[in-house]
Amino acid sequence: MSAIKVFKEAAFAENSVWKQVLGICSALAVSNLIKNSLVMGIGVMFALALSSLTVSLIRNFIPRRVRMIAQTLIIASWVIMIDLFLKAFMPEVSKELGPYVGLIITNCILMGRLEAFAAKNTPYLSFVDGLGAGFGYTFVLLIIAFFRELFGFGTVFGLQVLGSWWTPWSIMVMAPSAFFMLALLFWYIQNKYYLK
Amino acid sequence: MEINSFIIFLAAIFTSNILLSNFLGMCSFLSVSKEIESSFGLGMAVFFVTTLTTILNYFVYHYVLVPLDIIYLQYIIFIIVIAATVQMTEMIVERFSPALYYTLGIFLPLITVNCAIFGVSLFMVIRNYNFLQTVGYGAGSGLGWLVAIMALAGIRQRIREKMVPAGLRGAGLTLIITGIMALAFIGFSGTVIIQ
Repeated sequence: MSAIKVFKEAAFAENSVWKQVLGICSALAVSNLIKNSLVMGIGVMFALALSSLTVSLIRNFIPRRVRMIAQTLIIASWVIMIDLFLKAFMPEVSKELGPYVGLIITNCILMGRLEAFAAKNTPYLSFVDGLGAGFGYTFVLLIIAFFRELFGFGTVFGLQVLGSWWTPWSIMVMAPSAFFMLALLFWYIQNKYYLK
Repeated sequence: MEINSFIIFLAAIFTSNILLSNFLGMCSFLSVSKEIESSFGLGMAVFFVTTLTTILNYFVYHYVLVPLDIIYLQYIIFIIVIAATVQMTEMIVERFSPALYYTLGIFLPLITVNCAIFGVSLFMVIRNYNFLQTVGYGAGSGLGWLVAIMALAGIRQRIREKMVPAGLRGAGLTLIITGIMALAFIGFSGTVIIQ
């Protein structure tokens, strides 16, 4: 299997969010601003790619019985590094994301990809698969965040695009809109690609 | 300012419900909420484990991690505490109450990776709760999760036979219902506020 095909499959055809309905928690929680979504998405991408690589490298040495806990610990180590990196270089974003960076550990996408792909494939392909799945996740986050930020604040990436005539929809900043936006995205994608 | 732990307990159930306003525990919430019975089983397991692990993590954080100055290891330590608690609970329940094990047993392994439980521990640390507040917050969050999943399961059982657009079947419709529930829960805000 070529690396490009693996990447595309992980990012779109087998997208963890809309195909497998995994990793919804953080997708909803951080999607109120594009900036937060981007940082969170890149964080997940790195955590996923690097843990895929690690798991794949030692896949033949982990006994089956302790596999889950070993994978969780590998993920946790990488996430701690990402958390420290964010705290050091982007303190404001780190504060806004709050506990959600730590919650990457329990993000089901990571466990799902490690079980489904990295535990059976070579390190290089696993790394690419991790990048692809992380990209697919970031992509979903950015779509939701774009609409929530546009209608909720009238801005895109912090820049004012809608003039002063615009009344921000406060619902878009609050929790329920995240559920509605994700549902609408699912609906659109189902109709466009899966129901033919 | 000290907030009464009972107020935190109520707020964790209604105004800042761990699922409807912090979006934690969605994966199992979406996949298990098809039947009321199994939702109740999972909800009880989450309630029990959340209360227990939040208290344990409170002690681990304040009496082990802080004195030894290894706070940066909190994620790994919390996960290990949760996994160990779940394993212990499973063994104890299996030994002493086979009937309860039959109801809760299959859900217990699922709980280790439930982000609600891990998230409650992290919020407890970030918000600097004292011991009583931690107990209130842990129990309230667990109960709030139970309330949310029971409500959703009830609604889903009612609409199972109804006509819905094909593209919305499954996760899409569930998310919309959850969104409406979250809107309803916003109605409670203003009664109690915690941050």
